[in-house]
Amino acid sequence: MTTPTRNPAGGVAAVEAVWRIEAARLVAGLARMTGDLSRAEDLAQDALVAALEHWPTSGVPPNPGGWLMTTARNRAVDGFRRDGRHRAAVETIGRGTPQAMDDQDAVDDALDDPIGDDVLRLLFAACHPVLTREYRVALTLRCLTGLRTDEIARAFLVPESVAGQRISRAKKTLRDKGVRFEMPGVEEIPARLDTVLEVIYLVFNEGYSATAGDDWMRPALSIEALRLARLTASLALSEAEVHGLVALLELTQSRATARTGPDGRPVLLQHQDRRRWDTLLIRRGLTALARARDGTGPAGRYTLQAAIAAAHATATTAAETDWAQIAGLYDVLSTVWPTPVVHLNRAMAHGRAEGPPAGLALLEAVDATALQGYPQLFGVRGELLALAGRRSEAAAAFDQASAATRNAQERELFEQRAADLRAQR
Amino acid sequence: MRHLVLLEGTAPATPPPTELMAGIMQLGEEATRAGVLLDNAGLAPSAAGAKLAVDSSGLTVTDGPFAETKEMISYAVYETRTKQEAVEWTSRFLRLHLELWPGWVGEGRVLKVFGPEDMPSSDTHSTPQS
Repeated sequence: MTTPTRNPAGGVAAVEAVWRIEAARLVAGLARMTGDLSRAEDLAQDALVAALEHWPTSGVPPNPGGWLMTTARNRAVDGFRRDGRHRAAVETIGRGTPQAMDDQDAVDDALDDPIGDDVLRLLFAACHPVLTREYRVALTLRCLTGLRTDEIARAFLVPESVAGQRISRAKKTLRDKGVRFEMPGVEEIPARLDTVLEVIYLVFNEGYSATAGDDWMRPALSIEALRLARLTASLALSEAEVHGLVALLELTQSRATARTGPDGRPVLLQHQDRRRWDTLLIRRGLTALARARDGTGPAGRYTLQAAIAAAHATATTAAETDWAQIAGLYDVLSTVWPTPVVHLNRAMAHGRAEGPPAGLALLEAVDATALQGYPQLFGVRGELLALAGRRSEAAAAFDQASAATRNAQERELFEQRAADLRAQR
Repeated sequence: MRHLVLLEGTAPATPPPTELMAGIMQLGEEATRAGVLLDNAGLAPSAAGAKLAVDSSGLTVTDGPFAETKEMISYAVYETRTKQEAVEWTSRFLRLHLELWPGWVGEGRVLKVFGPEDMPSSDTHSTPQS
């Protein structure tokens, strides 16, 4: 009935846990109140420091989010007073006099953001088109996931000073350009949401490209991105592509464990032990995909990629893969998102669906110049030639692929393929 | 990392207050929105279930109900960065019971689900049951 040891539940780890849960809402609420992200972030940080001072002895308060918001708000008022901008403070923060600042209702109102509008506004600001991609990524991770600057630096393999600079310059740019924390107009939303989804997609891929031996913060990025995608989907319910992105990330992440063999080497999709796929994530991915397809509009690039991932996820064995369906999806994707890599994958899918000649014919049409130095250009040719039984040509293609890659593990895979083909002769 | 939270408890004679149910719904929505709550559901009384046991006499299957003081009430699967975060979400859940349903006693167990982070050598791996 009783727990043997009672944890006062106020240690540094507990404070950090609350911080990670509350950071986005806290910063978002403060950004709305102050209109300045730098200031909002500083205030949130101050509140965190205060929590670290108090909670380890007093315990986590019953409403930790409210405590952090009250503390940050009081400091905002102090700051405004110090700056001699008392009046501005009252106007900006609104609702009553500074004496009423710690009025619980006002704090609850700022914190209580049931629709998450503040968080969505913050997300749109952090991914604002006035920022470069790198800045968007750094600022989004910093403000929306509660990652520390050193964690962001480790995840992106850059010095902490560089990550810190990206964050502070991003905030400065937003201030200099007068970006406001407001919802984009209805007609603007699809384009603005695109930049948000792109940031999440970039963060996910950064994590997914981590290899064995990398700092654990790198693969952790995929989970952060997945969480951000789920958050965004819950805030922008009516946008099909958000659910498409969630589906794509859930389904891709479901294979994360199976991608690495016992020896730490990468395992290609067709050779993965499918029993190691995460069935919970697959189920979530399929649900999100159904939602994305609920709408009437044409499917976007994330939804189409998710549908391809779902075709793999629902095949019990590699041999049962419905390549005809996948080839059809690539046909549509190559019109919606005509990148050379998509054309390349389309050639592979048709090669598997209809036989290598169909794939090789499509490969001829792929823009090789745009893919110069991209090892998979040769990798796909090698696979198609191998399927066609043209072993020596296939082996030569894999040689080219291994010469083109800069990833040691990938090179090993290509070398192995070439060696296997030569051994078969 | 992933945690399974199992809640068991003994309900007082009073029915669960509507405020509690509303609070539980809101908290679940919040955790789902934050992207940390992957799955959750309430569990029917043990009368609806069964128990399977293996001992020296072999395998036995017994239909519920079972005479136990506590009933399993619900489960939740969280994916968070740290155990502490799962503990924090669970404490919010239990605090709702503490504040809104006088007389309720129970406990939430936070169980770590094996993940890639638990198998650095990874020459053994758990296979998810289908």
